Amino acid sequence: MNRVVITGMGIYSVIGKNLDEVKDSLYLGKSGIILDPLRKEMGFRSSLTGMVERPVLKGVLDRRMRIGMAAQAEYAYIATLEALKIARIDQGYLDDHEVGILYGNDSSAVPVVESVDILRTKKDTMMIGSGYIFQAMNSTVSMNLSVIFRLRGINFTIAGACASGSHAIGMGYLMIKQGLQDIIICGGAQEINPESTASFDALNAFSTHESEPTKASRPFDRNRDGLVPSGGAGTVILESYSSAVNRGATILGEVMGYGFSSNGEHISLPNVEGPRRAMQKALKDSGMVASEIDYINAHATSTQAGDLNEAHAIDDVFGRTKPLVSSTKSMTGHEMWMGGASEVIYSTLMMKNSFVAPNINFDNPDEITGRLNIASSTTPYEINAFLSNSFGFGGTNSALIIRNFPNRVL
Amino acid sequence: MTILMQNEEIINKINQLLIEEIEINKEQIRHEADLKKDLGIDSLDFVDLFVIIENNFGFKMKAEEMIEVKTLQDFYSYIIQRINPN
Repeated sequence: MNRVVITGMGIYSVIGKNLDEVKDSLYLGKSGIILDPLRKEMGFRSSLTGMVERPVLKGVLDRRMRIGMAAQAEYAYIATLEALKIARIDQGYLDDHEVGILYGNDSSAVPVVESVDILRTKKDTMMIGSGYIFQAMNSTVSMNLSVIFRLRGINFTIAGACASGSHAIGMGYLMIKQGLQDIIICGGAQEINPESTASFDALNAFSTHESEPTKASRPFDRNRDGLVPSGGAGTVILESYSSAVNRGATILGEVMGYGFSSNGEHISLPNVEGPRRAMQKALKDSGMVASEIDYINAHATSTQAGDLNEAHAIDDVFGRTKPLVSSTKSMTGHEMWMGGASEVIYSTLMMKNSFVAPNINFDNPDEITGRLNIASSTTPYEINAFLSNSFGFGGTNSALIIRNFPNRVL
Repeated sequence: MTILMQNEEIINKINQLLIEEIEINKEQIRHEADLKKDLGIDSLDFVDLFVIIENNFGFKMKAEEMIEVKTLQDFYSYIIQRINPN
């Protein structure tokens, strides 16, 4: 079995468009949440959202490469450029080696809506043009990036709801561990627009704390009232240890364990047992014990039921060792398909820079969340290993354990 | 689109659309240029040309009529003939 390491990371998020900006935002506890007035006009219960502008790729990529990319593929392209640069993998290397891509993404609403709108207006499919099909499929990220970077390895998209990005890293880890690939571009991407979140808003799942947008996402806090949708993209370059050593790559961390489970119950209501089992399986896979986990990046999205059940599950597994816990969704909002990947990046940035980012807006615990050792402010802290949780609709759960390689400050 | 549109005007408009919408380099625009080999217009670009021509000239190109269209001159002639059939 191969050891699997992280040799590159890149991020395009609502709290920063590159690793340096994001590191500073994490340290400062900066929120990326705003009000989007368009959503109110459209009839949303909540106009709160994370927001980042679309990258300008005209002049960077040719037309054929650009017109098939949905917004989240553009975010992912920028994140992947940064990750490949950190990994010191150039196009020549990609041309000479079999490198794969496994990216998390679970929707592409705007191209679907726009192309059907054209059809309804023009009543002629020929008027839709050639780009929408490649934007509208969930695999828009992996299909576009694999062409742009001329990848010749594994190539598909992981759709696992709000655990997509985490499962993508988990699956990449398993493939490299098995010796099937040496390098895989993993990550998660999430579109930001009203079209993709309208039906989610309909579930009463979003915070309506619109008077103070930066205080709306408050995971684990007693007064939490729902999640804030967000998006962007995060890319993690996974590589076999031997490949990284042979290339002389800088190793940022080692993927030690991947635990997965399915609740097998309700389509939207989370439970305790599924997440608990995912964390226990990740620990078992890593060969580590609970006391070796210094920090947990919680899935906690700021919903009453989700945070409560995750707190229960974390307390069940880590109640005796009490690692520091924070949910970076307090700053970023819920990055959904992207979150499992971006939160590995956020946590690795903390690990490399010896701090735990604050769970902002954690003012008062409730009976259960008070059992956790939640970092409500930025905490100087040595992290040797962290666990990152991601859970999604349908009861899909993923837990990843990453251990430090103490050789680089990002 | 008026049938009084002059041929030169049509050609200039086509060139402008090719440069702005399909992002063909201005220097590559020559009457004898092969659409595929010289300008790199592939089957997907032809799909976009259908949209561009209808939106700008007001008629639908027919796929079967494009079989004989190989060069930019052929394309000009086809569009001119569709706009000014006489």
